[in-house]
Amino acid sequence: MFDVNNIRKDFPILERTVNGQPLVYFDNAATSQTPNQVIDVIADYYRNYNSNIHRGVHTLSQEATDAYEGARKTVQNHFNAAHPHEIIMTSGTTHSINIIASGYTQILREGDELILSAMEHHSNIVPWQMLCERTGAVLKVIPMNQTGVLEMDVYKTLLSEKTKLVFVNHVSNALGTVNPIDEIIKEAHAIGAKVLLDGAQAAPHIKADVQALDVDFYVTSAHKLCGPTGVGMLYGKESLLNMLPPYQGGGEMIAEVRFEKTTYADLPHKFEAGTPNIAGGIAFGAALDYMNGIGFDTIAAYEHELLDYATEQLKAIEGVRIYGEAPQKTAVVSFNVNEIHPYDIGSILDKLGIAVRTGHHCAQPIMDFYKIPGTVRASFSFYNTKEEIDMMIKALKRAIQMLE
Amino acid sequence: MSIQEIQEEIIEEFAMFEDWMQRYEYMIDLGKTLPLIAAEFKTDDNIIKGCQSKVWVHAELKDSQLEFTADSDAIITKGIIAILIRVFSNQHPKDILASDTSFIDQIGLKEHLSPTRANGLVSMIKQIKMYAIAFQTQLS
Repeated sequence: MFDVNNIRKDFPILERTVNGQPLVYFDNAATSQTPNQVIDVIADYYRNYNSNIHRGVHTLSQEATDAYEGARKTVQNHFNAAHPHEIIMTSGTTHSINIIASGYTQILREGDELILSAMEHHSNIVPWQMLCERTGAVLKVIPMNQTGVLEMDVYKTLLSEKTKLVFVNHVSNALGTVNPIDEIIKEAHAIGAKVLLDGAQAAPHIKADVQALDVDFYVTSAHKLCGPTGVGMLYGKESLLNMLPPYQGGGEMIAEVRFEKTTYADLPHKFEAGTPNIAGGIAFGAALDYMNGIGFDTIAAYEHELLDYATEQLKAIEGVRIYGEAPQKTAVVSFNVNEIHPYDIGSILDKLGIAVRTGHHCAQPIMDFYKIPGTVRASFSFYNTKEEIDMMIKALKRAIQMLE
Repeated sequence: MSIQEIQEEIIEEFAMFEDWMQRYEYMIDLGKTLPLIAAEFKTDDNIIKGCQSKVWVHAELKDSQLEFTADSDAIITKGIIAILIRVFSNQHPKDILASDTSFIDQIGLKEHLSPTRANGLVSMIKQIKMYAIAFQTQLS
């Protein structure tokens, strides 16, 4: 039985105060908080078996290797990948995307087309723009409508035999829109294009099954789902990962090194040059175990309650405009109040202990679309409560009073 | 008044406030008194980088003294610039360059001094000093 008060006991940070007020943490889409179960795993690693993996014959190294590879299996099982070596451990979503964007340099030809959406995070735009500069490939954009839903009719007209890759976020970080990924993948595959899904925002709320989706690449970060920063994953189909060249050279990613020629290691090590974030990787596994222990269906249902409640409360305030009202949303609400700058609201809320994000959320094209400087974004997690939403609403009313 | 004297005056004013709310309300009021930048100077070139809100600052030399005008699309930011302009406007460039800005800390706005805080207070001060350097060169 889900009891949020019990869950909150797992997160020591929720007990602290900010500016003399109890912390209300509504910036979960930027990074989630870390439960004791994950913090303990990190501490245990450094206290008891810290050592380099995959090379030592000594006991500590073997324990660390077992734990790290165990975490890879946990990630594999969570996303239902066919093989553990289809999971590349990375430093996070951005790193994962860059591995693919870099790898396609040799594959693309001038005039090839790449499709992305109007609601991408900068990290799913810029690496591809750089790829286009290197190769002469062209970016095409799936537009969105005022409610923050992709115009799928236009998407279909953008696809052609020139399309090589489609990359969209599973869920928009600024709007919370859950994109129609089944349809996006099916249409892309019908013309032979590959699909990368940016799961950074989806992974904390939705358990993606990469085989059922038949997606080619899926990427996410551990710190969005109760894990540590600086670690994430790249899922790729085995055949595609084998086709792509390594991203970085170094130790760990080699089979044999001679000055005349070096041969590369097999998957996943080919993409894992250097000593990885070992404690982080192990903690990533622990974070997935923790969340699966609660259950993603339970999490999603509870977060939806929070989203509906917050949306209703916000709409009751005069002058509030919500950006992103897709029928399928995760627990993110982006809004502005009349002409008040989001930065002003964020500053006052912070003084009252409420942590929200303000600004363009690394998605400037969305802000340009709505012709706004940015939004205030409150993003909820399963450890948040309706009482906290009440506190935010009260603080927001006070901020409006001061600023208008 | 010298920069030092104006800073002391501001510190005294802020010392009367009991909590952050009063300080912020005062800043919001100060923002309304900001000498606004003329439309012709409110260009993209004059936007200060590193601010989450848009901030424009313009300077002109009048009788060896710098006169600043500015604007912002955020109210609290406007209040912060208003304080800076009150301190630095109508001063000689060399005095501006020699001044320090520790009074910001003393009026309880320390959090705005963090370079990672995207309100650009640090960038604003830098820009004001850049103007001072430019006009100082012109004067000497």
